[in-house]
Amino acid sequence: MARVVVDVMLKPEILDPQGQAVQRALPRLGFEGIADVRQGKRFELEVEGPVDDAALARIREMAETFLANTVIEDFTVRVDS
Amino acid sequence: MTARPSPATAGGDGPSGRGNTRVGVITFPGTLDDRDTQRAVRLAGAEAVPLWHRDKDLKQVDAVVLPGGFSYGDYLRAGAISRFSPVMETVIEQARAGMPVLGICNGFQVLTETHLLPGAMLRNNHLHFICRDQKLRVENANTSWTAEYEAGQEISIPLKNIDGRYVADERTLDMLEAEGRVAFRYLDTNPNGSLRDIAGITNEAGNVVGLMPHPEHAVEPLIGSGRTDGLGFFTSILKKLVNA
Repeated sequence: MARVVVDVMLKPEILDPQGQAVQRALPRLGFEGIADVRQGKRFELEVEGPVDDAALARIREMAETFLANTVIEDFTVRVDS
Repeated sequence: MTARPSPATAGGDGPSGRGNTRVGVITFPGTLDDRDTQRAVRLAGAEAVPLWHRDKDLKQVDAVVLPGGFSYGDYLRAGAISRFSPVMETVIEQARAGMPVLGICNGFQVLTETHLLPGAMLRNNHLHFICRDQKLRVENANTSWTAEYEAGQEISIPLKNIDGRYVADERTLDMLEAEGRVAFRYLDTNPNGSLRDIAGITNEAGNVVGLMPHPEHAVEPLIGSGRTDGLGFFTSILKKLVNA
């Protein structure tokens, strides 16, 4: 079965306090040199049947209407090989 | 789960409605404040009609309240899954036709997810859950849910959430300000990083209103802060519907 991955990230202009909290914790844990952290979501979809253009179009529609809220989030769709 | 007691049999929590005006209160899995909302509706003098998320039928109600809580566990995003429930199909349709709809807290999140109201709600900027009385200014007293207030009136009602930070792009914020669609603003302190101190907004027609704080928890002098600043939401709708 083919896997399609949808990554959802807050838009760059949206404040991400969770990412900031992670970034601020890093030096305390001895991880230096990380200037910024943004936290997002990853969806792994196991697709029945072929992952053709039509299937990808449906997945993009799904991402746009449901997995992401495009008021605040961007998404990318890719086939995981 | 579908068999919930009717307001008549629930009893003991306020006077029963006079039966003229019917206000529906939706229960999703994970809703917390449906009973308090039903009681607030009855205290205001209307009949509270429980509505279940799986029923498309709105039982001929005159208005609908989407109460607070954690519908569908806030999975994916707060309000994201509730938006696709059967009852919301009808609510969206009726709201567009002018039926008054109020979304409180999680209900506000559902209304932004349906795009009946613009913008979105995100995690509080300090990442903490807040529960306290919050001062607000009523900015727009012309909506279906704020007609009993005066523009500029200050009220205090409980606020309790973790995903209360209202965001929208600058263009949308400017539009909301220009059209007088910021219905409520936080006073004294911005509790969650909401842009332009926005606590609640209305749609263009004024029939759909959403806010994060909880008017239904401030309707009886014996409970909470002792103030009844929230009762006006529910009496506003009666006034609106009776005069309609």
